[in-house]
Amino acid sequence: MSSIGLPQIAFLLEGLKWTVLLTLISFVGGGIFGLLVALARTAEIKALRVITATYIAVFQGTPLLMQLFVVYYGIGLLGVNVDPWLAVSTAYTLHASAFLGEIWRGSIQALPKGQTEAASALGLHYVARMKDVLLPQALKIATPATIGFLVQLLKGTSLASIVGFVELARAGNVISNQIFEPLPVYGLVGLLYFFMCWPLSIFGTRLEMRLASGSR
Amino acid sequence: MYKLDFSVILERLPELLWGSLGTLYLAAAGMTLALIIGVAGVVMRQSHFAPARIITKAFVELIRNTPFLVQIFFLFFALPFMGLRLSPTTTAIIALAINGGAYAIEIIRGGVESIHRGQTEAGFALGLSKAQVFRFIILKPALRTIYPALVSQFIMLTLTTSICSSISAMELTFAAQQIDADSFRSIEVYLTITGMYLLISWLVMTMFASIARLSFSYPTK
Repeated sequence: MSSIGLPQIAFLLEGLKWTVLLTLISFVGGGIFGLLVALARTAEIKALRVITATYIAVFQGTPLLMQLFVVYYGIGLLGVNVDPWLAVSTAYTLHASAFLGEIWRGSIQALPKGQTEAASALGLHYVARMKDVLLPQALKIATPATIGFLVQLLKGTSLASIVGFVELARAGNVISNQIFEPLPVYGLVGLLYFFMCWPLSIFGTRLEMRLASGSR
Repeated sequence: MYKLDFSVILERLPELLWGSLGTLYLAAAGMTLALIIGVAGVVMRQSHFAPARIITKAFVELIRNTPFLVQIFFLFFALPFMGLRLSPTTTAIIALAINGGAYAIEIIRGGVESIHRGQTEAGFALGLSKAQVFRFIILKPALRTIYPALVSQFIMLTLTTSICSSISAMELTFAAQQIDADSFRSIEVYLTITGMYLLISWLVMTMFASIARLSFSYPTK
């Protein structure tokens, strides 16, 4: 009962599974909404730009933990029984959509203006211009930053433990309270996070260097 | 239908204001120490002594690729184990400094590496000492180049202080959690302090913008 054995490791890995799932769901959901945010942020209609700029500023100017609390209790107000899963993944999806939206806005606007002008001159309307000309180029330069944010998001899912969602960090809390060995447990939890995030970080840095060193 | 009732916020506003001061204190202390760790780390990262370079690099990678929550818990239990009994607030400041420091090292290193070799050579040719060259030719221009990145990292650090509530450090989120536990007015409490955090990050941003205007307004050409 006083050391990390197989049952404890199995419990941590079970938590890790939820960490990965939560990260994937929020990344995909955040990616879809983030694309809409980026498009609205670069739209010609001023109201859309102002609304999305405010949306992004709110998410970037408040702690992720508060976003979690507000969405968690906010959704709780709507219905009596809300699945914690739904609440937590909604919060992370909204969070990711703001950050990814801002990253992609930056890369859309970083493209030379000639790209938009040439596409328009060729008679392409908005959808074709975005889908076939601007977005493929923008997403390419945005890849390193996008991967950087994925690492942020993965680490950020640990905060879901504070609202009671059992993922890797929470599993660590439970085990640590159970066997009274906080240092090895949190050390192991930290290493598990590290070996998920580190390869992603290296991949992101490599891509960044490759992008910086040519292919223009 | 649930009726929003903010009266408890008004009643306990002093606690929230006190909590905001705690947040600002954690953020200011964390930033200062992070900047010191950042500069010291870059000196180590650039040193000719290989172990110093490797240790710094490992430290940066380890901290940047693990969640702050796990770091602060680890520290919270590790410090007493090493015989250091510190208050939660002090522990939180150390955690913020370590976390912010790792990011600061990477950011400052980027700036230092952007300084052209000819600059330092010219500095030595003019008879400046090693320390003078580092301070005036490398550090100050580098700080100016990386200033925007450093500021957004510092705002991130300010927002990260909310996680320190998990070891019951005295700050805004912790104050809010206590009010929530007494009143069950969760959504009202958290909506209010979300607004307060927005204000705090705006304040920090404005402060850094004025510092930039004061200290980086010398001409470059």
